[in-house]
Amino acid sequence: MKYAMVIDTLKCVGCSDCVVACQTENDVPVGYCRDWVTESVSGTYPSVELELKSERCNHCENAPCVRCCPTGASHQTDEGIVLVTADECIGCGACIASCPYDARYQHPDGYVDKCTFCAHRLKEGQLPACVSVCPTKCMYFGDLDDPTSLVSKLLKARKHKVLAPEAGTKPNVYYLI
Amino acid sequence: MKLKKTYALTPTYCEVCFWKCAAWVHSDDQGNIQKIIGNDNDPHCNGRLCPRGTGGVGMYSDKDRLKKPLIRTTVDGTDTFKEASWEEALDLVAQKMQEIKDTHGPESMALLKHGSPGSHLEHLFKAYGSDTIGEPAYAQCRGPRETGFGLTYGSWVGSPEPTDIRDTKCLVLIGAHIGENMHNTQVQEMSDAIDNGASIITVDPRFSTAASKSQHWLAIKPSTDIALLLSWMHVIIQEDLYNKEYVKQYGLGFDALKDHVKKYTPEWAYGITTIKPAEIRKTARIMAAAAPSTIIHPGRHVTWYGDDSQRSRAIAILNGLLGSWGNRGGFFFKEKISVPKFPHPAYPHPKWGWHDIGENYPYAEMGITNEMIKASIPDENNKYPIKGWFVAGTNLVNTIPQKDIIEKAIESLDFMVVMDTMPMEITGYADVILPECTYLERYDGIRSAPNREPSIALRAPAVKPKYDSQPAWWISKQLGNRLGLADYFPYEDFEEVIAWQLKEMGTSLEEMKKIGVKNFKRKSGDLYLKKGQAYEFGTPSGKIEFYSEDLASKGFDPMPVYTPHDTPDSGFYRLNYGRSPMHTFSRTINNPNLSDLTDENKLWVNPKVARIEDLKNDQEVWLENQDGVISSFPIKVRITERIRWDSVYMYHGFGHNNKKLTRAHGKGASDTELITKIQIDPLMGGTGMRGNFVKILIDEPSKDIVL
Repeated sequence: MKYAMVIDTLKCVGCSDCVVACQTENDVPVGYCRDWVTESVSGTYPSVELELKSERCNHCENAPCVRCCPTGASHQTDEGIVLVTADECIGCGACIASCPYDARYQHPDGYVDKCTFCAHRLKEGQLPACVSVCPTKCMYFGDLDDPTSLVSKLLKARKHKVLAPEAGTKPNVYYLI
Repeated sequence: MKLKKTYALTPTYCEVCFWKCAAWVHSDDQGNIQKIIGNDNDPHCNGRLCPRGTGGVGMYSDKDRLKKPLIRTTVDGTDTFKEASWEEALDLVAQKMQEIKDTHGPESMALLKHGSPGSHLEHLFKAYGSDTIGEPAYAQCRGPRETGFGLTYGSWVGSPEPTDIRDTKCLVLIGAHIGENMHNTQVQEMSDAIDNGASIITVDPRFSTAASKSQHWLAIKPSTDIALLLSWMHVIIQEDLYNKEYVKQYGLGFDALKDHVKKYTPEWAYGITTIKPAEIRKTARIMAAAAPSTIIHPGRHVTWYGDDSQRSRAIAILNGLLGSWGNRGGFFFKEKISVPKFPHPAYPHPKWGWHDIGENYPYAEMGITNEMIKASIPDENNKYPIKGWFVAGTNLVNTIPQKDIIEKAIESLDFMVVMDTMPMEITGYADVILPECTYLERYDGIRSAPNREPSIALRAPAVKPKYDSQPAWWISKQLGNRLGLADYFPYEDFEEVIAWQLKEMGTSLEEMKKIGVKNFKRKSGDLYLKKGQAYEFGTPSGKIEFYSEDLASKGFDPMPVYTPHDTPDSGFYRLNYGRSPMHTFSRTINNPNLSDLTDENKLWVNPKVARIEDLKNDQEVWLENQDGVISSFPIKVRITERIRWDSVYMYHGFGHNNKKLTRAHGKGASDTELITKIQIDPLMGGTGMRGNFVKILIDEPSKDIVL
């Protein structure tokens, strides 16, 4: 089992519904977020291109945040989900500094917080909140070890990319382009 | 799906915008709302709310909400508000409404409204004897397209739009920015259309989100859309690409149209629109090749240049040539289920009402809010004097252009009461402010809207009203009791009305509380026309009217023509405005969850403009329009290739000036306050608002200088 998220940039409209859904699902305090939307514009008028995409922790296979955590609070599950055990986190911020995606933030209660792929929902057979709310249905979630899963099929069929591949982190969030 | 047991689920339909998606409110036993999730069985949302619906919880939790009834008073010579009991506030409103009725007649009391709460007050007003009712959603928004399509097909487009985007092969958007407007079903289906490989053609001077999803973006010169539409018709007819059988069977006046558009060649249109002739021909052919599964979208906010009904008619006619109306992938025949009326005595007949106030506009089919505002300014020639306003759920000063006229009207009123959940700017002008509870805390009427299949949705209170707020149905009933109209409100709780209606419809309140949404089978026939099927349209001729005898008889152009519009002088830029996907008009800007996403608007300028005006990203500038009106607040610059050099763009709804809106106050600029010039649609009275031009001021203008 290897969880992955696949996001179709050709469909994303950048509405940020994924952000609000995450905040209300996971009690993320207003002013903080576990996921966010980026916009990049290229070209010159009237030959312009726009890419909108929802970003979050990439649940990297080779996760620098896990390696650098002095207490072991940052850890990775067998399914590849990178998590932080709040009780064990001393809030030193080493993981925040090590993440090439700026995907972690210091919660007002002191510990470091980030996307969990909604692990609590996965246990109940539900999709992550961001995936299930997206009005454009541009987000997909599933098991990359299963070649028949939708995420495996999409990555096989469509051109895609990951963010900051040069960091060598082997992300598990993919973008269809 | 298995849901967490700790939360109670209450059905609602969303009130953050007009799409009214059905949802489940998840609340704990402490009365905290955790989250709001779309109802899977709802055709408006298919289980997926938009960011505003998901963030609707912020409407409930916003600490800036109106908390107590307020009454205007004077303390040491200063105008202010004092907190009052509901008893006191309602007594005063009823007394003033009775005084206006006794002195001027009930018709002189106007209701200006938006959304669900408005319907409770509409009932009160009709019982009281006033039909002087209007909402900005008509003459400041979608009115012209209803006229344009009504004249052509004998049917309004209505809401939600019966556009079969899910199955379309070609979607044409003219200034419609689906994806930035989060009209939920439309956004979802445009995504389906992308998956299905549909062609998308977007006409917009700005590289909208939708434009970025399109194979063809026509970067049109603003205000020239009708020229493009006529030229498309020219190509489709000249190249014999129109749907001959359909046009022959259902159309009227095709030959006249053919003659009419003969001269509108792509070469003619090029000089006006700046769209190359080859591009016009190519896109016309793409539309025709996909027809009848082609949608030239009617848009929604279409009050642009004053000839908007005629532009909408051009859109309707083009769809007609392609056979889109009544065909799969074009427009389906919508159907809704009617909710039985709870029995009440007959309404009295007002001597005059919204229709008479708009009598100069023969195709007005709803109250024209701006005309009602004008009718509130004393004038001896005014046959329909308005003396009092009840404003419900619409922040008029951030909605209606020409603020000076609104302020003059308000000054002249005998009485004004505002009902809202938030201290919107309009509340500052009121004599009495009534704090309404949010949609999450109240019952409202059953939602029934036209769609592919009829459905109904229930809104029940998930939590008790916060503070000292009350639902609109209760406020209406209390006022009814005080005005001697108790017979019109024969119930203690609005729940009784809904329970009765649901029973009449073959379900029950108990069942609806469990399911939230009930879908019904169609009774009016198929979604689409069968080949060769006889069909009578709702027009005078029963046909799709390419040529309108009715328009000709009233002295209007029977077929759309292009009229040049003003263009900005040197140093000025056309002010364009649109929607942020995270907000609904000005009403959500203060919502804690949504302001967290976008808390200010920015001024989009092309890099060429930035060079000429010497602007940098995030630099604060002020705007001055052609009439010398200067923005109250600065706005930050966003330099982007996504906009033409002859216009600037900003999100609508920002620049709040009420300090009681702590998150929204002073954030960004208000487009509405810069819209002081309007072009009125002679057919239905809509206010064209896109003919305003601004110059960019780098230094903060002095506020002391009075010219």
